[in-house]
Amino acid sequence: MLPSFRIIKYVLMDILQNRIIIGYTLFLFAVSFGLFNLGGDSTKGLVGLLNIVLIVTPLVSIVFSTIHFYNSYEFIELLAAQPIRRSLIVWSEFWGLTIALTLATLVGIGVPVVVFAANATGISLVLVAVGLSVVFISIALLASVLTRDKAKGIGVVLLLWFLFALLYDALVLFLMFAFADYPLEKAMLGFVCLNPIDLARVVVLLQMDIAALMGYTGALFREFLGTNWGIVFALFVLAVWAIVPMLLAVRVFNRKDL
Amino acid sequence: MLRYRFVLLLLVLWSPVWATEHLVGVGRPYVTIHAALNNARSGDTIVVYEGTYAEGNLAIDRPLTLLGVNYPVLDGQHLAEVITVTASYVTIRGFAICNSGQLSTKDIAGIKVLSANHVNIEENRLRDCNFGIYLSDTDDARICCNDVQGIIKEEQNSGNGIHLWKCARIMVEENYLTGHRDGIYFEFVTDSEIRNNNSERNLRYGLHFMFSHNDHYHHNRFHHNGAGVAVMYSRQVQMTENEFGYNWGSAAYGLLLKDISDSHIWRNTFEHNSAAVYMEGASRITLEQNVFRENGWALRVQASCDANVIRQNNFFGNSFDVSTNGSLVLNSFDSNYWDRYEGYDLNRDGVGDVPFRPVSLYAVVVERMPYGLMLMRSFMVYLMDKAEKIIPALTPELLLDEKPSMSPLTLAL
Repeated sequence: MLPSFRIIKYVLMDILQNRIIIGYTLFLFAVSFGLFNLGGDSTKGLVGLLNIVLIVTPLVSIVFSTIHFYNSYEFIELLAAQPIRRSLIVWSEFWGLTIALTLATLVGIGVPVVVFAANATGISLVLVAVGLSVVFISIALLASVLTRDKAKGIGVVLLLWFLFALLYDALVLFLMFAFADYPLEKAMLGFVCLNPIDLARVVVLLQMDIAALMGYTGALFREFLGTNWGIVFALFVLAVWAIVPMLLAVRVFNRKDL
Repeated sequence: MLRYRFVLLLLVLWSPVWATEHLVGVGRPYVTIHAALNNARSGDTIVVYEGTYAEGNLAIDRPLTLLGVNYPVLDGQHLAEVITVTASYVTIRGFAICNSGQLSTKDIAGIKVLSANHVNIEENRLRDCNFGIYLSDTDDARICCNDVQGIIKEEQNSGNGIHLWKCARIMVEENYLTGHRDGIYFEFVTDSEIRNNNSERNLRYGLHFMFSHNDHYHHNRFHHNGAGVAVMYSRQVQMTENEFGYNWGSAAYGLLLKDISDSHIWRNTFEHNSAAVYMEGASRITLEQNVFRENGWALRVQASCDANVIRQNNFFGNSFDVSTNGSLVLNSFDSNYWDRYEGYDLNRDGVGDVPFRPVSLYAVVVERMPYGLMLMRSFMVYLMDKAEKIIPALTPELLLDEKPSMSPLTLAL
């Protein structure tokens, strides 16, 4: 077995045995089942689940990844002393976390969605849930390699989560008011792409019949994001959001004084 | 109505004495309907038996009764107007009329009535006609139990299912209308009644009212139409116990009210519409005891509306309950049930002790900046709405329901 796979396997095993990841899976599973059984209507369940996906998934991914990175810091130092490339170490962390959290999401959200709402909306919801997890793992790793102190690192990622989940939308609202006299339709499309959580939300909403409310802007967005190509585009943007911070993290880690 | 019934009674009593029956069909005295029409005198009955009759245009210029047995097919072969009536006291019943012609310079219909009164059009099946049943300058007519199905084309090449122009005292009941531009179209039609019709999947409106006063429509069902139902430039229209549903689209409404006054909207159901009721330039309208369920907007009341009363309605699960485009509020909201109401009722009289503000901050934002819908279901928006509910800053301060009901109102008949 290649050394890279061996390291990923070790990281993955370490995470999968973690009680938090098991608890997270069970939590998602319970919440999904609960939401689908509560309303009776699968669309209502999906809307409720969307809120969970947009708030909880990024929070858990970013905090869990950061804590995991700091907790395995000694292991990372040990590996760094071995004759393997440094980038391999960070990538192994990334893939281990990605596989573990993707599994958690697929079991926790994917299974209930397949059981109760196996339609385009449900599938896009699961896809963006996985996408958001990966994006926030990558952001977490970047923040972790940049800060040495564990408490500071966790503080930074919490702030980042707060920024993406809440502050960003407030900022967009503020800009909307400030530039109310200008046609902002296309600018909004840009704003949405600049925040993975917003992008995920819009992609799922466009799959619901709520899209009809959106009028002209909605038509513009639906043309752009509502089609199959739109989903591909959104996943591509999410992929960029996952890859770019990760590449930066590798770059920083390669030059870091451990 | 009374006069019309009286006349009908007279007709029924007199016809056996005077009328002759002309039978048309294979092996009958007449082979073509034209031949029978040429020999018929006023008051006669023409009975048409099963078969296909492609005879171009049938012009009826005398008071006659045309009866179809087992739905004989009158085929316009995409060329002609199938039946044109220019005489009063004509009855057409039991025909299958199909393939009328279509011209952009002339409104061609399956059955057209021109300047005639007391006409009955009953139990016909119309398929792929440009206009279905077309009444022009006609009074005291009855259009009943027809099944009118068009083939969806683009809007400019399509006609209306039932088209009424400059008519009075018309009864339109129990018709099924689909695949036309407007299911039922009223222009300059007064003192008429539309009831128990089902109008669905039409290109534009299920029902379209223009300049039509003193009309009453009730117990109709309007589903899946391109833009819903429009009532414009009219007054004294009663709209009761209708169902408006599934009119989804960026420019779709359950019910569009434009420049209409002194009307009553009572006990209707609005479900799954982009905007259940959109009001513009509406005055003195009472919206009472209606149910709004899971619409995008339940009510969009533009600031150009005044003296409207919205009371005792039930609002469930709408994305936005009420939105408006100004801060001026000249309408009153009273005793409605709002599922979003979070107030309390200390004296247990069923009426909430604090007023409810049906316009959320986000509704105001979206009304001003439609692209704000991109933030729909954002957690931030939810927080802002909560804050605004406590200290209103941007929402119209006077737009509130002083006596919100604590539980859904029972609207049993």
